[in-house]
Amino acid sequence: MPTMNLLQAVNVGLREAMRSDDRVVLLGEDIGRRGGVFGATEGLSKEFGAERVIDTPLTECGIVGSAIGMALYGLRPIPEIQFLDFIYPAFDQIVSEMAKYRYRSGGQYTCPMVLRAPAGGGIKGGHYHSQSSEAYFAHTPGLVVLMPATPFDAKGLLASAIQGEDPVIFLEPKRLYRAAKGEVPEERYTVPIGKARVAREGKNVTLVAWGAMVPVCEEAAGQAAEKGIDCEVIDLRSIVPLDAETILASVAKTGRAVIVHEAPKTGGFGAEISALIAEKAIEYLEAPIARVAGFDTPFPYTLEHIYMPDTRRVGKAIEGVINF
Amino acid sequence: MTQTKTKAKTNRAVKEKKPSIKIDDLPLPKADLLRIYRSMVLTRALDERGMMLQRQGRIGFFVPCIGQEAAQVGSAHALTARDWIFPSYRNTGTAIHRGVPMTEIIANLYGNSLDLSKGRQMPNHFSFKSIHFVSISSPIGTQITQAVGAAMAARYRKENMVAITDFGDGATSSNDFHAGLNFAGVFKAPVVFLCQNNQWAISQPLCDQTASPTIAAKAEAYGFPGVRVDGNDVLAVWQAVKEALDRARAGGGPTLVEAVTYRMGPHSSSDNPKAYRKDAEVESWKAKDPIDRFRRTLGDAGILSEADDKTLWEAARQEIVQAVKTVEAGPALPVETLFEDVYVAMPKHLAEQQQALRREIEERGGIRHGDGAFPL
Ligand SMILES: Cc1ncc(C[n+]2csc(CCOP(=O)(O)OP(=O)(O)O)c2C)c(N)n1
Ligand SMILES: [Mg+2]
Repeated sequence: MPTMNLLQAVNVGLREAMRSDDRVVLLGEDIGRRGGVFGATEGLSKEFGAERVIDTPLTECGIVGSAIGMALYGLRPIPEIQFLDFIYPAFDQIVSEMAKYRYRSGGQYTCPMVLRAPAGGGIKGGHYHSQSSEAYFAHTPGLVVLMPATPFDAKGLLASAIQGEDPVIFLEPKRLYRAAKGEVPEERYTVPIGKARVAREGKNVTLVAWGAMVPVCEEAAGQAAEKGIDCEVIDLRSIVPLDAETILASVAKTGRAVIVHEAPKTGGFGAEISALIAEKAIEYLEAPIARVAGFDTPFPYTLEHIYMPDTRRVGKAIEGVINF
Repeated sequence: MTQTKTKAKTNRAVKEKKPSIKIDDLPLPKADLLRIYRSMVLTRALDERGMMLQRQGRIGFFVPCIGQEAAQVGSAHALTARDWIFPSYRNTGTAIHRGVPMTEIIANLYGNSLDLSKGRQMPNHFSFKSIHFVSISSPIGTQITQAVGAAMAARYRKENMVAITDFGDGATSSNDFHAGLNFAGVFKAPVVFLCQNNQWAISQPLCDQTASPTIAAKAEAYGFPGVRVDGNDVLAVWQAVKEALDRARAGGGPTLVEAVTYRMGPHSSSDNPKAYRKDAEVESWKAKDPIDRFRRTLGDAGILSEADDKTLWEAARQEIVQAVKTVEAGPALPVETLFEDVYVAMPKHLAEQQQALRREIEERGGIRHGDGAFPL
């Protein structure tokens, strides 16, 4: 099995989808000639031509709106937003249109499409190349919101997303583009949407994370193990729909939960998970639920390393729920 | 270059100067001409140094303006002190010509405690309130509508302010470009739209952005004039922008000025343009380098000798070296500042987060300082 990084897995996943399904077209800024600013679409323009790998004018509203039209007409567009931070000119198309077509037409019209965007911090990109705004999209019924943390999941989830009938926000943790490496099968496979991954099994504390916070939690779990604390790490992969069963089963086992995300704490998706645990598993809890999140400030440039949750901060939360 | 069928016109000063020029033929006094040239040189020297600082890992990122100095300095020279600028991230020349001290510019690249914006943004995203240089953001085009609003506000207050907004060719595809021009036309706002058409939006050439023969032509549909000017001729830019400002000030409404220029360098320190554009194209524009051109004009007019030029370059480089030194000696950014300026007063939940961070740092026995460079 070839070993590759997350970026290559996305690239391979896109290539496979384009080879096997001529309805798949890509559109975005700098995705053709340049192969994407990160290289996610490298080589695709050469193989599939400018008709299927479309370098668009600089307007996210145009990219997403036209992709919706293509999806309505039967194609499987995969628009790329260069950075999640630049998605807002398309927000109206996403939340008012893409998310609502199926419902508002009583199921007559649908927009099966996969909107890809690199997300999250850790690359010294300041506010506009770092934010994690998954909660906005998770708050919009009709959207599937995915975020893989491994190359295997990136390819498998992308395949599921492209095959699926619902519009998907596919968030790629850019900090892991090159850092996350792993084996990826050459053949086609899918990773089911709505199913979390238990990245590490443990008995004492449940850590819930997604994207670039998954390896941070794994590392924190490794450090906690040295102190005799056995952590379970759950990688959500799928933010909406959420795999409540896996989270609740884990908390029922451990009695302690720490939720970790990069986005600001207030209104972050961690609040939803916290509420879920409080509603459905409070009788198992031996300590209050803890959240480790970004501060409630815009994402900074110089002080990024202070802003981002790290293993020390997660480790402290683990100790907090153990010593409660 | 395609000519537009619309009101877009080419300025008189666009034409190449003949070898020997009388100083009286030039539209500005000698002191102004030299000041313009000096700003162009400073901008170029800073760009050269900025790219080096990034390569050396002393700053994380850099955006050069190389090739666009005439468009920036020429337009800045046409403004009055009261006018407001709504810039893009490629506008350093404008700030330099407005007199921002080099240390303030360089402090922004380092984002330490000397940075007026407190290290909140990536390099080249300046905010210089004292010269009405509004805070730059990365999202393309957002400043365009804002400039229109400021212009409307000035008129409401019966103040003689004209707003100018700079943006690239790529930005003409943005929602804000169309909304902004439409508002300006409808409300006859005292605003000047300055498109620095440098032919590229990262890897995408102008033809990817528009099927229109020129950008200037777009103004017509919004009901006001569009002017196309040689953006590498600093005096032509000055004149075109000045006419647009004068008209706006007199109540004549907005103008779209398209300064035709070229991004001679990479999009940013993270970009490698060799991957998508031909060397020959870059070379052909090097022959039209705005600084060389203006130096020849000044030389022909007898107001800048080779020796003067050399001294000027040396002084510019020296000024930058000094400023880098000063900034590098500046203290690190205090961690507390992370929580400031989110709101006018710090709400309780932020104060608590700040307090928790303070405790965390005490327990850790200090903090490590950030490193790493923006990889793009
Ligand atoms: C809304 C938005 N989308 C995408 C980007 C990413 N991006 C940064 S610069 C750029 C190209 C801008 O080109 P242009 O407007 O011509 O300005 P130039 O860089 O040439 O000065 C792009 C696509 C962005 N900053 N904002
Ligand atoms: Mg451009």
